[in-house]
Amino acid sequence: MDYLLTEEQIMVRDLARQIAKEKIKPVAAQYDVDGTFPWDIVKILADSDLCGIYIDEKYGGTGGGSMELVLATEELSKACGGISLALAATALGTYPILLFGTEAQKEKYLPDIAKGKKLAAFAITEAGAGSDASAVATTADKKGDHYVLNGTKQWITNGGEADTYTVVASVDRRKGARGAATFIVEKGTPGFEFGKKEDKMGIRASATRELVFTDCKIPKENLLGKEGGGFIVAMKTFDQSRPGVAAQALGIAQGALDLTVEYVKERKQFGKSVSSFQGVQFMLADIATEIEAARALIYATARMLDSGAKKVAKDSAIAKLFASDMAMKVTVDCVQLFGGYGYMRDYPIEKYMRDAKITQIYEGTNQIQRSIIALNLLKEKTS
Amino acid sequence: MNIVICIKQVPDTTDVRIDPETNTLIRSGVVCIINPFDMYAIEEGIRLKEKFGGKVIILTMGPPQAEDALREAISLGADEAILVSDRAFAGSDTWATSYTLSKAINKIGDCDLIICGKQAIDGDTAQVGPGISAHLDMPQVAYVKRIEEVDGSKKIMRVERMTEEGYEIIESPLPCLITVVKEINEPRLPSLKGKMRSKKIEIKKWGAKDLDVDPALIGLNGSPTKVVRIFTPPPRKKGQILEGDAKEISIKLVELLKGDIT
Repeated sequence: MDYLLTEEQIMVRDLARQIAKEKIKPVAAQYDVDGTFPWDIVKILADSDLCGIYIDEKYGGTGGGSMELVLATEELSKACGGISLALAATALGTYPILLFGTEAQKEKYLPDIAKGKKLAAFAITEAGAGSDASAVATTADKKGDHYVLNGTKQWITNGGEADTYTVVASVDRRKGARGAATFIVEKGTPGFEFGKKEDKMGIRASATRELVFTDCKIPKENLLGKEGGGFIVAMKTFDQSRPGVAAQALGIAQGALDLTVEYVKERKQFGKSVSSFQGVQFMLADIATEIEAARALIYATARMLDSGAKKVAKDSAIAKLFASDMAMKVTVDCVQLFGGYGYMRDYPIEKYMRDAKITQIYEGTNQIQRSIIALNLLKEKTS
Repeated sequence: MNIVICIKQVPDTTDVRIDPETNTLIRSGVVCIINPFDMYAIEEGIRLKEKFGGKVIILTMGPPQAEDALREAISLGADEAILVSDRAFAGSDTWATSYTLSKAINKIGDCDLIICGKQAIDGDTAQVGPGISAHLDMPQVAYVKRIEEVDGSKKIMRVERMTEEGYEIIESPLPCLITVVKEINEPRLPSLKGKMRSKKIEIKKWGAKDLDVDPALIGLNGSPTKVVRIFTPPPRKKGQILEGDAKEISIKLVELLKGDIT
């Protein structure tokens, strides 16, 4: 389908596609086994200017927005849903600065991120605070011209690899969600250490680690937004980032379909290609239809975000929910179409199924997405 | 350091079809790419520029659509691009092509180094690079696999060139021309800013009138090469494979060789 992309968006898409095909596809299986961080690919993305596609030219980016990020994430995820996260999770960690940063904060942090010299990460989740983001137990005590952070963040994507962290902590635990604030914390700050690296089912090329803060002093100018505004920062950030997760899911699904179409044409049973069987054809047609529906939804959402629309929580959640559920279903079906070979790790398709699962869980489980959608829907109806 | 890189647009070999009637390449509708060996030349030129400063100028002679190849080279990081194109140049062989390109390089003027790929994958002659240096009366080193040192103040460079047995280290005064092999580097991918620049940049276009060329030495008339016949060589016949253990095979082989001699 022609989505009437701009000339620059086509360049972003084609460049990401070329990197995915020539540089990521050949190494995806190895990264999946090793679970090491793909710094060599990050360097390629940086040299190709893809790290700054959603950042203003003023700060060293190329001045695109959500649509450019979605296109690149989709293309990279076709080759590896884990490696693409180096870019997508950096965007998640960068959005709080883009949305709430002061001019000084933007000038300090964005250029290195736009050039790909530094990666970023966003940290809200804790052992006892995930879907319930208001239960954040990491504290930030104001002492003169600085804050002191204490607590542990869990399952932080790009953890340990990123240099710039946006961290949600509580400045007043009695106030719950209204007592939260977001801070920029740089790697190397005394009292900021990394916990264990997680061994995951999928997206194994992506680093997921604990962040441990022990009397970690950070200057007060690293506060993003206002004290008490931390929850708002997180919610507005997720509104922007969820189409990125949706694009990751979309890329994983499309990558799986591409492999499957190739396979069913080659695989012979009963003396003919299995692609000649209507049962197989109908499955392929359904997969293609669902993928295209998700793509149309994601692109429309990204364009809405880029237009500067304000009330975007519901639509952003709809895109993430639909695309991630679609990717899970589609990749299970693709494994099915590969038959016994699909279950074997020698074949690339099972990785897509493992990688797809996380998209239903992180940046808000799909149950939380449904809550957001329903809440907004009911609010709209009654107003 | 100003570097001129000569490139050629060629049909993508993964998509080659032969006209069974005429035994020639079908060029219409075929995707064209930058000659792969020229990609190494472009990369090496850009690396030298990044190290020593100066600019990289891409030069090609070809039909108007060769402009696409020049724009791609710009997206990789080259500074300027020149298309030498004129109906008068049509039918040029390697002699006339290298003559015409040498005149274009004269017009560019300030040039410390010329880099070409070792050969083009369509013609496979490997003659145009060395031909340019001959027309310019400039030293040349073919099959360079590594640039060891460039000394701008002394105006010399030292390179390793591949030979069939190994390699030679050659020092040459600048300006000179080198042709490069694929061992020299790994070409980069384009950058987004490069791609954006490549869309907007103005490509200089030079025809026969813009160059100080002798009309008798360009195009078909200026080409001493005459193509008498083009044919697809018959496939090589399958060799004979002897089977058995070493002793049996050696006896059979000796018998066969005796038969050949008599």
